[in-house]
Amino acid sequence: MAYTEEELKKELETKEYEYGFYTDIESDTFPAGLNEEIVIAISKRKEEPEWMTLWRLESFKIWKEMVEPEWPNVKYEKPDFQAISYYSAPNSKPKYDSLDEVDPELLDTFNRLGISLDEQKKLAGVAVDIVMDSVSVATTFKKTLAEKGIIFCSISEAIREHPELVKKYIGSVVPQKDNFYAALNSAVFSDGSFCYIPKGVRCPMELSTYFRINQAGTGQFERTLVIADEDSYVSYLEGCTAPSRDENQLHAAVVELIALDGAEIKYSTVQNWFPGNKEGKGGVYNFVTKRGICEKNAKISWTQVETGSAVTWKYPSCILKGDNSIGEFYSVAVTNNHQQADTGTKMIHLGKNTKSTIISKGISAGKSQNSYRGLVQVSSRAENARNFSQCDSLLMGNDCGAHAFPYIEVKNKSAMIEHEATTSKIGEDQIFYCNQRGIDTEKAIALIVNGFSKEVLNKLPMEFAVEAQKLLEISLEGSVG
Amino acid sequence: MDLKEKLVSSFLAFENNVDVEHSVHDIRTEAIKKFEEKGFPSRKEEEWKYTSLNTLQKVDFSIFPKTESDLDYKDVKRYFMHEIDTYKIVFIDGIYSSYLSETTHDGVDVCLMSSALTKPMYKAVIDVYFNKIASKDDSLTNLNTAFSKEGAYIYIPKNKTPKKPIEILHFTTGTEAALMSQPRNLIIAEENTELQIIERHQSLTSNDVFTNAVTEIFAGKNAIIDYYKVQNDALTASLVDNTYIDQKDGSTVDVHTFSFGGKLTRNNLNYYQNGERVNSTLRGVTIIEGKQHVDHHTLVHHIKPNNESYQDYKGIYDENATAVFNGKIIVDQIAQKTNAFQQNNNILLSDKATINTKPQLEIFADDVKCSHGCTIGQLDEEALFYLQSRGIPKKEAKALLMYAFANNVLSTVRIPELKTRINKIIAKKLGVNIGFDL
Repeated sequence: MAYTEEELKKELETKEYEYGFYTDIESDTFPAGLNEEIVIAISKRKEEPEWMTLWRLESFKIWKEMVEPEWPNVKYEKPDFQAISYYSAPNSKPKYDSLDEVDPELLDTFNRLGISLDEQKKLAGVAVDIVMDSVSVATTFKKTLAEKGIIFCSISEAIREHPELVKKYIGSVVPQKDNFYAALNSAVFSDGSFCYIPKGVRCPMELSTYFRINQAGTGQFERTLVIADEDSYVSYLEGCTAPSRDENQLHAAVVELIALDGAEIKYSTVQNWFPGNKEGKGGVYNFVTKRGICEKNAKISWTQVETGSAVTWKYPSCILKGDNSIGEFYSVAVTNNHQQADTGTKMIHLGKNTKSTIISKGISAGKSQNSYRGLVQVSSRAENARNFSQCDSLLMGNDCGAHAFPYIEVKNKSAMIEHEATTSKIGEDQIFYCNQRGIDTEKAIALIVNGFSKEVLNKLPMEFAVEAQKLLEISLEGSVG
Repeated sequence: MDLKEKLVSSFLAFENNVDVEHSVHDIRTEAIKKFEEKGFPSRKEEEWKYTSLNTLQKVDFSIFPKTESDLDYKDVKRYFMHEIDTYKIVFIDGIYSSYLSETTHDGVDVCLMSSALTKPMYKAVIDVYFNKIASKDDSLTNLNTAFSKEGAYIYIPKNKTPKKPIEILHFTTGTEAALMSQPRNLIIAEENTELQIIERHQSLTSNDVFTNAVTEIFAGKNAIIDYYKVQNDALTASLVDNTYIDQKDGSTVDVHTFSFGGKLTRNNLNYYQNGERVNSTLRGVTIIEGKQHVDHHTLVHHIKPNNESYQDYKGIYDENATAVFNGKIIVDQIAQKTNAFQQNNNILLSDKATINTKPQLEIFADDVKCSHGCTIGQLDEEALFYLQSRGIPKKEAKALLMYAFANNVLSTVRIPELKTRINKIIAKKLGVNIGFDL
């Protein structure tokens, strides 16, 4: 294990959300409310070309017509979209050339989050594009990447500097009218990451972005676009933490992945937004649309560790359009206290010889509700489609719930589809065995949970795997009766 | 006039024909109100996502048969389990046929819903059981409740067991252009009883038939009920079969559903485990082709602790057939030590066939063992080759493999004659002449 028992013990002692601090930086914030002027103002503030402004306005028009979805298996107070401020940017200098120029207070925040820029630069070989309240403030390793022709920057920069790429691909996987939150995001997205890997290039390092919600009452509308050109490879990491807030914060992101012929994209997420306190007060609403499209021989792999947010609503999906394409989904979703998660994936098999794997592990504790919702669809022309799905749920305590809604729709006879799901609790015999070997119950549970999630955690890049394991422990602390 | 309006407007005429003073009158009136509010379910509803009733609603169904038809026993003998002695409750176009039936009042009541609903001696039972477990929200169930008049009524008092299995048969003849019928069955098995039932709907006409059936089953303490539904109907017949089962301590209810034919078949099989140490078993075999549609919706609601449920559904689909399996298991918070198992295996034989399956678990208790498995695939080429290399023609080899695939369910049929009968139906469907008594 990458961390010692002492570390774990220390983690367990800190009962409150440890990342729940608030950095006092003067922010440039728009008044609350949403109308066409705000959309135009956001676009203007980002110095966007006209086509982008029009695209946003079109999205806003679509959004106005739509109604908030009711079907997810979650209960929450509907956010008041007119009470949210749609743009907030740290009011420091707009650009930094080196880390020294960055506001020390900001740097301190990152350090407390455990993202040491210097350390990561040296040790992990990770280029970090840190997004704090919507504006990208630090980009490292840009040079190394530029040498290979890799574009890794904020989406607003990409709109300005690589409009042809953005114009071609934005909205191509998640159209504006895809769903309520995708439409909202398309209209008001403030910033996000953009990544382009040229033909035949293997990205030498893991690309990563950290998102934080900082300003009170500001929603975060991230837009991420990753394009892997023919025969390229990229591994993209995304991690989230957010400060403690009493009012609910809304996070409606859109992530689009495009894997062209023979390309491979690995997208890993550790999500740890503020889950609300023990009584279920506060916490982030996480309504995210993530989708990737695979052309011929391409592969997209989603890995996620979901431990935070009061309400999660998220289905990273793969459209297997090209022949021989592969889609993967590995997920651990942990809910504790009053958290609710409705998460899963969609695998749409369109091409021939397409393969997909779904491994979903749900752990519910406290008074939480954890749902898996998935779709495996095989169209009539998708010869030899292959899918394997496994959804396991672990229940801790009898006030929580685990649910599974797997949809399987098959229209081709050559498809081979397997789905299995189990629900169980941690066996008393397993705990007894650990106790008898001198491992106390709390540690035993940590051990068992880690083992239960191992198949997924193994898929995470090293740096993330460590963080994810820690998160699992923190999320489940005190849930053992 | 669409079907909904027609049904609602004929309700008054229907009510005038039956006893308005009876306590069931209020239940009927309430039910038609609810149906009027909600109407027929549309595909926008999650539970009806894959099954559309639109085409049915366009047919001009006759709601009350105008003429009474008679059937000759020899013409319909093949639909009866004539190899064994059974009690029979037979309906022709929704009307009881005393000539073809064999009912009893000898210790147990195997008779008619119409008499149970009207005769004072049954009032006490009707007050306790009628419409108690059936859904008050499901639109089609409400529709049936509103028009509930005829069907099978079976009452088995404590410690009694009927001497022979009971057959419930519904025939539809061709005298009406298109006929809608709504049989309502009530089956009560009290403490320590045992009971076997075979149910069949058979259309004898090429006209459209729409059956919207509701069956309420109450299994008392330690009661054992073995229920077989044989659905091998004409291609113009549609069936919505709603079954609601209430189980008390130690009872076992085992339902087999064999869906081999019909234009549209929708089975809503609902179990409510209102006791402890209850065992619920749901098994089904579906073999369809052409443009047939079969939809299995099962619900097992584990309400009390220490219960078991077991589901095993097999399906084979050819040509343009479409099929749905939606299995829902709900485990309440207090239903600890629940053991729920669900399996659904499907074979697609054609690229135009569709299967939509959704095994659904909703679990609120922690000390439970719940699992479900679901597969979609095709016949094993190697197995097929092996059989062919042994001199078995391709067609027969395929049939053998399909039979083997369904055998897990078939082998649990406890009436040997019925098993033989089903084997014959399968052989005929697969176009082979094998006795499948392997």
